[in-house]
Amino acid sequence: MFRNQYDTDVTTWSPTGRLFQVEYAMEAVKQGSAAIGLRSRSHVVLACVNKAQSELSSHQRKIFKVDDHIGVAIAGLTADGRVLSRYMRSESINHSFTYESPLPVGRLVVHLADKAQVCTQRSWKRPYGVGLLVGGLDESGAHLYYNCPSGNYFEYQAFAIGSRSQAAKTYLERRFESFGDSSREDLIKDAILAVRETLQGETLKSSLCTVAILGVDEPFHFLDQEAIQKVIDTFEKVPEEEEGDEAGEGEAEAAAVAPAEQGGAGAGDQDVAPMEM
Amino acid sequence: MTFTIQIENGTEVRNAEADSQRTLYPYVTGTSVVAIKYKDGILMASDMGGSYGSTLRYKNVERMKAIGKHSLLGASGEISDFQEILRYLDELTLNDNMWDDGNSLGPKEVHNYLTRVMYNRRNKFNPLWNTLVLGGVKNGEKYLGMVSMIGVSFEDNHVATGFGNHLARPILRDEWREDLSFEEGVKLLEKCMRVLLYRDRSAINKLQIAKMTEEGVTVSEPYSLKTFWEFKAFTNPTVGAEGSWLYDN
Repeated sequence: MFRNQYDTDVTTWSPTGRLFQVEYAMEAVKQGSAAIGLRSRSHVVLACVNKAQSELSSHQRKIFKVDDHIGVAIAGLTADGRVLSRYMRSESINHSFTYESPLPVGRLVVHLADKAQVCTQRSWKRPYGVGLLVGGLDESGAHLYYNCPSGNYFEYQAFAIGSRSQAAKTYLERRFESFGDSSREDLIKDAILAVRETLQGETLKSSLCTVAILGVDEPFHFLDQEAIQKVIDTFEKVPEEEEGDEAGEGEAEAAAVAPAEQGGAGAGDQDVAPMEM
Repeated sequence: MTFTIQIENGTEVRNAEADSQRTLYPYVTGTSVVAIKYKDGILMASDMGGSYGSTLRYKNVERMKAIGKHSLLGASGEISDFQEILRYLDELTLNDNMWDDGNSLGPKEVHNYLTRVMYNRRNKFNPLWNTLVLGGVKNGEKYLGMVSMIGVSFEDNHVATGFGNHLARPILRDEWREDLSFEEGVKLLEKCMRVLLYRDRSAINKLQIAKMTEEGVTVSEPYSLKTFWEFKAFTNPTVGAEGSWLYDN
């Protein structure tokens, strides 16, 4: 996509019927670090890659609890993502208060999509630059939705967004048909394996990813580092000698970022603006 | 009953015009509603009377209505406010149906919505002058609750409004059981309604019984209870009373 004379305003159509500003907003989602979601009939797992600005800083939070039965993973402008998470929490709690009943996730995503659409039709606004993977429950079971800056939303069995998400999507495409009946443990394992695909050769460590799960009898919660590392250990081969130290400290603290990550991830991300994670 | 609002220096601010904008007293009222949980769902009974003060003016008022697929609402108190509530619930169920997404409002949701409405109106000093009984069955779970005009709300196995609280609930506390059959439930409700008919002056002898189960709601045709007025205590009420010269001998 190159600059053209129809892309200054979100309220300007191009002659071919495109809204370039909206499409540029969707580009912002592709620049963020990967987020993955998958679901079975009874559970939804959300996972994301922990990317930190520099060795000195901690990584940004990309998965948010909206309610006991709804969680969201974001990719793109995390600031926009936080604001939308706050909106979702507000909608959810207002519904709970009035009806003493959880807000069906299908209705929440429609509210979210309508909110995003407004920004594509006002000259004084800009589209939200964040893609949201919303996982939640309603009367018919577990659901996973993807909300786009364009105001569209889609339901998925499994999906990945953000940079290098294509690798994860390829992995998921091969396996998604079996997810419906997957056990909770298999679903978590598949999520972590999908995260690994986006790392493109970097060694997978529990400090590199965040995983959260919710289910029919399980309120939304994050998996702790130990639990994630245990799953990783079931499929990661025993590390070679030079990485022997890291294996020993498998249970890394969440904030620490190992030097190896810098080397592998640094080169491709020179163009990423600091606000996009 | 009049309301006056006072500001710091003690002057009354509200005038007659402003008062006509909010509910001060009820005009056309319905009397008790009694409801119980039974084996297959909920049974609710109410008479068809609408009183205008002490006049038994309207005799064909349906005080119980089905709400959505899963709920049954009965009301005592101001009839026009009941109709207003039905309009609110109509809008609510319409919006719920328009979603068309497999999710539907159950009795718990409707009960809580009504609680919010009643409480908020009470806070504005403009109440909906009703006591509402909300019952329903959804996914096999039975629900029965009540909301008063000041927003007090709770659930129970048997509820009643107005005089029903004083005359019917003691009977229900003694005789209600978890696994009542439909016939037993109706008999129990009729027993309560008969007591109310004898003792509540705003009750009339024309009642309906509504049944709510997983399959849906049915409201019976109006019918009357058999009454007996030849009890000795009724024919000669003052026999043996303090200070009377009538004695039973």
